Amino acid sequence: MANTADAAAIRLHRRTDSGLGIAAVVMVTCLVVAPFVLYPVFVMKALCFALFACAFNLLIGYVGLVSFGHALFFGWASYLAAHAAKSWGLQPELAVVIGTATAALLGFVGGAIAIRRQGIYFAMITLALAQMMYLVALRVKLTGGEDGIQDVPRGKLFGAFDLNNEMTMYAFVLVVVLAALFLIYRIINSPFGEVLKAIRENELRSISLGYRTDRYKLAAFVLSATLAGLAGSLKALVFQLASLTDVHWTMSGEVILMTLVGGLGTVFGPVAGAFIIVAMENYLAPLGQWVLVIQGAIFVACVLTFRRGIVGELASWLRVKL
Amino acid sequence: MRLIASLAFAAALMTTAAHAQTTNVKVGVLTDMSSLYADDTGPGSVAAAKMAVADFNPAAHNMKVDIIVADHQNKPDIGSSIARQWFDTQNVDAIVDVPNSAVALAVSDVAREKNKALLVSGAAISDLTGPKCSPNTVHWTYDTWMLAHATAGALVKNGGDSWFFLTSDYAFGHALERDATAVVLANGGKVLGSVAHPLNNQDFSSFLLQAQQSKAKIIGLANAGGDTINSIKQGAEFGITAGGQHFAALLFYIGDVEALGLKVAQGLVLTETFYWDMNDATRAWTKRWQVERPGKYPNMNQAGVYAATLHYLKAVAALKSAADGKAVVDEMKKMPTDDPLFGKGIIRADGRKIHPAYLFQVKSPAESKYPGDDYILKATIPADQAFRPMKDDNCPLVTN
Repeated sequence: MANTADAAAIRLHRRTDSGLGIAAVVMVTCLVVAPFVLYPVFVMKALCFALFACAFNLLIGYVGLVSFGHALFFGWASYLAAHAAKSWGLQPELAVVIGTATAALLGFVGGAIAIRRQGIYFAMITLALAQMMYLVALRVKLTGGEDGIQDVPRGKLFGAFDLNNEMTMYAFVLVVVLAALFLIYRIINSPFGEVLKAIRENELRSISLGYRTDRYKLAAFVLSATLAGLAGSLKALVFQLASLTDVHWTMSGEVILMTLVGGLGTVFGPVAGAFIIVAMENYLAPLGQWVLVIQGAIFVACVLTFRRGIVGELASWLRVKL
Repeated sequence: MRLIASLAFAAALMTTAAHAQTTNVKVGVLTDMSSLYADDTGPGSVAAAKMAVADFNPAAHNMKVDIIVADHQNKPDIGSSIARQWFDTQNVDAIVDVPNSAVALAVSDVAREKNKALLVSGAAISDLTGPKCSPNTVHWTYDTWMLAHATAGALVKNGGDSWFFLTSDYAFGHALERDATAVVLANGGKVLGSVAHPLNNQDFSSFLLQAQQSKAKIIGLANAGGDTINSIKQGAEFGITAGGQHFAALLFYIGDVEALGLKVAQGLVLTETFYWDMNDATRAWTKRWQVERPGKYPNMNQAGVYAATLHYLKAVAALKSAADGKAVVDEMKKMPTDDPLFGKGIIRADGRKIHPAYLFQVKSPAESKYPGDDYILKATIPADQAFRPMKDDNCPLVTN
């Protein structure tokens, strides 16, 4: 009897793993073919947002912390990456590293302040920090205020690959984003990730088990901010521009929307959500301000009809983990 | 049988050849369709571009011209990504208008990278033909240097020798303040201070109070559109004008006058390069334009979109191709310009279109005889003096 139960559990586990594996293969195949079918800059934008949403999902989906200020890390990383590439003339890989490191630092400071509180207070503190840094971005010389940092050179990767070629740029973005997504997957499934999920389910019990939950939460916050910064740095190179849009609070809202539409706490959900939202913004752009109305309607429809998000519902329907 | 087949083949070849001769041109109007500059550019610019295509009569030149429109929402990132996408996927050959200097600078970089043409009408920053000049850009209507010299110069000479600037906090505002400051100082005036406000601001009270405290005779408004309207309206509420200080709206359009009403706007001195009521040609054009925009009056931006588009299409017709943006812009510079709105003119090597500028004063309600009768012509600045001389450009395109 016990043996059959074990066997069933193993089968389920295998099925779960193969579900993830198949989904990963499908996703990578689609992304490799995509630039030949779709407009490469559009796919690169969607990839940057996919990484941003996955970084955000690491926090909300696996630790249960709702940050309303993730634009802070995304936007400031893109400013610093753009500044490094333009004013200091650094190579693109170094510019990305500098942008990402900036986000990590901001994440450490912001996280240390924010994780002292929970729930709505946590969200409000992150929002307040992000707004504060938005106003700094509006005023200081480095960011160029309303103008942003324009005409950022893409440069040559490792001094050899010319990123002004759209396909080379695409390959660079794809490799970095996939590596980062794999890293997120490994984080989620590590012992560290298990502790994060335990904190999400019941923080007090985790404390009673002897975990210093504040440290875990701070570590997760810094990781999430760093990866959001990586996405922002890449976006600055793709568009050769860093602007106020990326630090504005609406950007923090957009990433929440992407994660919710795709599926909270799923591995592939934020990726799907990012592609859906970016595609909507892109292809519905001629409708002007109606895009926001349509986005709102889709959001309401998502929340009412499939609460686990598109990928979340799909996973439960197929009975696999995605 | 073989003969018939080869005849059919030859016929097919001839039809394709006939098709191939048709030059397809796509012009994108990239403008502000919904925000603070929408009234001064926006739908009115789109109407003007369509009129230019109609007047050009593409069929007579064996050309097919399409117009597409997008709203850049005054954000450089949105503007440059629309431009990039238009050039990459929509086969757009030229972009016109682009109000908002920050967006225009961003789009100028993209147009240069993709070798397409950019015809700027709505953006003011003089750097477009200065340090940031590009072989792919024509700056048609006006710029900050011209505004500063015409309006600020006239005011300083009439005794307005102490200034305080209220500046829109982005590329355009800072360029206008910079150029106007130079003029004020050169004419023996002094600048007592300045304060920068965010773009598309609603509440100007704290900025206006600073301006009031400065006791400057002239409060120079280095902003535009909705921001200028709000500054003047709220300034009137604060009693600034009643207290003896005067506003200098460095960039002001007829639509802004209509929005404020003559009672508030009367007496303001401003510079435009086009006035709808200037002559019979402009009046006839305005009548046609008003079919699309009933109850409105066209300003220089919209007139500039018309004239620039028309001249661009003439250059494409001469080259029989729009593919090489720099070549078309070179052709535009080579051909003298001629249109009903700006008359005859030229485009300089730095991309600057040259025409006269007009110093106007807003009429009082008593002086205005009919709707839209808003301006008194105070002075005409001849074409060769209205714009910055090329030797002061610092434009890398001009080698001397």
